[in-house]
Amino acid sequence: MISLHGIERSFLVGDETVHALRGVDLDIAAGEYVSIMGPSGSGKSTLLNVVGLLDRPDGGRYELDGRDVTGLAEDDLARVRREKMGFVFQFFHLVSRLSAAQNIELPMMLAGIDPLERQRRLQQLLADYGLEDRARHRPDQLSGGQCQRVAIARAMSMKPAVILADEPTGNLDRHTGQEVMAVLERVHQSGGSLVLVTHDPEIGSRAKRRLRMRDGAIVGDERG
Amino acid sequence: MRATDLLDFAWQVLRGNRGRTLLILLALAIGVAAVVAVTSLGEGARLYVLNQFGSLGSHLVIVLPGRSETAGAMPGVLVGKTPRDLTLDDALALKSSHAVRRIAPLVVGAGDVHVGSRVRETPVLGSVADLMAIRNMELAQGAFLPEADPRRMLPVCVIGSKVAFELFANQPALGEWLRIGDRRFRVVGIMAHQGESLGFNTDEIVIVPLAAAQALFNTEALFRVLVEAKSREQIETAKRDVEEILRARHEGERDVTVITQDAVLATFDRILGALTLAVGGIAAISLAVAGILVMNVMLIAVTQRRREIGLLKALGATGRQIRLMFFTEATMLALAGSALGLAAGQATTHLALQLYPDIPFQAPWWALIAAPAVAAAASILFTVAPARRAAQLDPVQALSRR
Ligand SMILES: Nc1ncnc2c1ncn2[C@@H]1O[C@H](COP(=O)(O)OP(=O)(O)OP(=O)(O)O)[C@@H](O)[C@H]1O
Ligand SMILES: [Mg+2]
Repeated sequence: MISLHGIERSFLVGDETVHALRGVDLDIAAGEYVSIMGPSGSGKSTLLNVVGLLDRPDGGRYELDGRDVTGLAEDDLARVRREKMGFVFQFFHLVSRLSAAQNIELPMMLAGIDPLERQRRLQQLLADYGLEDRARHRPDQLSGGQCQRVAIARAMSMKPAVILADEPTGNLDRHTGQEVMAVLERVHQSGGSLVLVTHDPEIGSRAKRRLRMRDGAIVGDERG
Repeated sequence: MRATDLLDFAWQVLRGNRGRTLLILLALAIGVAAVVAVTSLGEGARLYVLNQFGSLGSHLVIVLPGRSETAGAMPGVLVGKTPRDLTLDDALALKSSHAVRRIAPLVVGAGDVHVGSRVRETPVLGSVADLMAIRNMELAQGAFLPEADPRRMLPVCVIGSKVAFELFANQPALGEWLRIGDRRFRVVGIMAHQGESLGFNTDEIVIVPLAAAQALFNTEALFRVLVEAKSREQIETAKRDVEEILRARHEGERDVTVITQDAVLATFDRILGALTLAVGGIAAISLAVAGILVMNVMLIAVTQRRREIGLLKALGATGRQIRLMFFTEATMLALAGSALGLAAGQATTHLALQLYPDIPFQAPWWALIAAPAVAAAASILFTVAPARRAAQLDPVQALSRR
């Protein structure tokens, strides 16, 4: 489903060029559960952003469902993101003035989904993620674990083909982290792909496929 | 994205940043209110002057001694050559025009009016019976000057309501005698309260027969001759006739100025209209200032809401959607600010009306349209740059923890 060929991404820092990704080749099939581990600065987040179409590679080819998305215009990229990608971030990134329910609704609102359908899906998501009694609460009235559950529900609201999670447990204690992982894995079990960046070997080892990165390149790819 | 969602989202933003929202609303409202209030003052002044001229009388042609034309001529040549006086005979001669209905020659001076031991200095107007009709005067009591030969010095007078009160207090004034200089006059009429009418406050004057005033002030010269044309259409004919008759009587010299009420009205109308427009324009500058404030606040909002904008983009918002969000916000602010400003402006106008009931303060229609339109245009225009900047934000950068 996802197919990267020779992806390059470099940043200009001062007058030095930092190669965040060096010729990355990667194929991810539909429904796969992949974890990405590696030292800090090895390019994990950059890779995830490229896969999620948040960032454009400087070189190489990216095919999504057989379609070349490397050269798509900004607004087309936005539409593909909306339809196919779900993001979960380390810092949750909830809009603080909106309630949990309104945060979950955001992608559906941007996609212009009919309010009735939206309401139906919202109720389902609140039930699925155990947030029914928190729907009207604002993020500052929720615990970290609840915030991340809201973020996951939001990522799932458009029924994306891929969930991209960048250190989703990085800001949670061990116990809450385990809970959030269980929720994320449920998402994966319902048929979507899950790509997870983590520093925690215990969490990383739960994935069926485990990538290892160093200096902008994939140096390990274990399965099973 | 649906329009209702867009409105709802903007509403949440405005509600979530109350201080900022109130600040912008205040700036916009002050701008709109200033335009409305200032133009309604100007318009009030314009209408006031027009009304004053209207109360002067209808179809009026005014004759002044002396030529007030300076165009092109060397001014020095004219200096030292006193214009010929305008006399009663001149005035009476004007009646020969078919376009003229009535005339009222005027002599004006100030005199000490005595009643018993009381003295009051008032303007004294010498004229004839027709003055009342020409100037639409109204009497509270008694009669106006009698119809008589203007050369006769009848010892009668008509006094203003304030003069009557000051000289006679609450005693009946009608039929009483008063003295101006060394002449005695019997009060035959008291004018109704009319207030100011182009320079004269009819409440404060004493009107005596023309010949009596000429004797009092020891002059043959008339101050003005008021001429009433037979109809509106005949005003121009009357003016031409007046000029011809007087030129013939003054040995071919055009040494009088003849103005028509219409011309004076039109001039005042133009001047005050332009003035209103000008002060309205100056007040509109405050709207531009409000617009710049909107821009600054929006630019700050882009910085403050980097993460949110980045997040929205990650969730699939297109650049167009982000821009629309900002414009919706600006439009809502502009509309609410304008509404507040219009209300405040009208309240100010209302207050001015309470304080000065004589002046018809009212905002001109164009100001009521232009002020909110400029407010909306300014705040939307000044949102273009911030909205574009927001739409171009790189989501990865915006979401990074730096
Ligand atoms: N916007 C940027 N500007 C400049 N350099 C960047 C930028 N983003 C990433 N980099 C550089 O690219 C390299 C890879 O960064 P990336 O964030 O992908 O690392 P990471 O593996 O996610 O690290 P961490 O585990 O600390 O999150 C790093 O050297 C980083 O400094
Ligand atoms: Mg990272």
